[in-house]
Amino acid sequence: MTSGAKKGFLGLLVFGIVIGIALWGGFNWTMDLTNTEKFCISCHEMEATPYAELEETVHFTNRTGVRATCPDCHVPRPWIYKFVRKIQASNELYHHFITGEVDSPEKFEAKRLVLAQSVWKAMKETNSRECRNCHKFESMDLDKQQSRAADAHDPYYWEAVDGKEPSYTCIDCHKGIAHSLPEGFDPTWNSPGEG
Amino acid sequence: MKKRIVTLLAVCVMFTGGAIAGAVDSLRLGQDLEEDSKVPAKKKQLVVEGGIERSYKIQPPVIPHKIDKDKIDLRANTCMNCHSEKTYKQKKAPKAGDTHYTDRDGNVTKMVASRRYFCNQCHAPQVGAEPLVENTFEGAK
Repeated sequence: MTSGAKKGFLGLLVFGIVIGIALWGGFNWTMDLTNTEKFCISCHEMEATPYAELEETVHFTNRTGVRATCPDCHVPRPWIYKFVRKIQASNELYHHFITGEVDSPEKFEAKRLVLAQSVWKAMKETNSRECRNCHKFESMDLDKQQSRAADAHDPYYWEAVDGKEPSYTCIDCHKGIAHSLPEGFDPTWNSPGEG
Repeated sequence: MKKRIVTLLAVCVMFTGGAIAGAVDSLRLGQDLEEDSKVPAKKKQLVVEGGIERSYKIQPPVIPHKIDKDKIDLRANTCMNCHSEKTYKQKKAPKAGDTHYTDRDGNVTKMVASRRYFCNQCHAPQVGAEPLVENTFEGAK
């Protein structure tokens, strides 16, 4: 290889690396920007309804001020799952800009049950992965919980009750924690197992 | 008519006399009207495992747990997540009584009837407040 060709090759390589850093950095920056509460509530459908409901709950304001924002519960943290979720988010953009499917309170209420059920289904399938971003099951101090809660979170209790290892996940009992429950919600959906 | 006026005057005199003598204390606990009222002490809600005993026979039981996270609106009633017929056994909570499932025409409804839908109208959480006046009241046993 001639020295000129070598220099050209190196130059191209360096240029390519710089561009690669810029593009990859820009991609990550975009992923992070779209992962903020501010971005989520920039759509009025979100700010007017789910966010307004969140403001009244303990995940928004509480004694210690430790709180959860939209991505903490709705966007997975591991990169690959986050990436997949972001691609699925194009569906949300489609409905916001093109179909306007939930752009009025009445339309939102009409679709609330369907929307809630799809989120519950996803959480059940991922074993409430997003809840576990902050709530570590193994670190729960059962002594500090009330007896009913302590029994529910004690894996040995459920094993003793029916002999099988417990297979429930957070969302099985804790639906309606952050946003209002939809009309048509059956209380038994929060009581898995018998009864 | 004259009797009424006389009785009324007598009652007024008795009360004023008592107030002047200091035998009757108002709920302001001796503060002057012109004084800024004292900030009342913050009382914590009573959370009692197993529930609080009723004072009257058909009293709506008081709420012995925190209800800050619960909401009752037209869409859903989160109290019924634990206290409904279908879930009370599993959640080990008292069931809403049968009166809650009867509408005004006497029909039995599947879900809690609209007359009893807003739990907070009758059931209230308790705070550790001492009686304002000492008394020897005993509830129904």
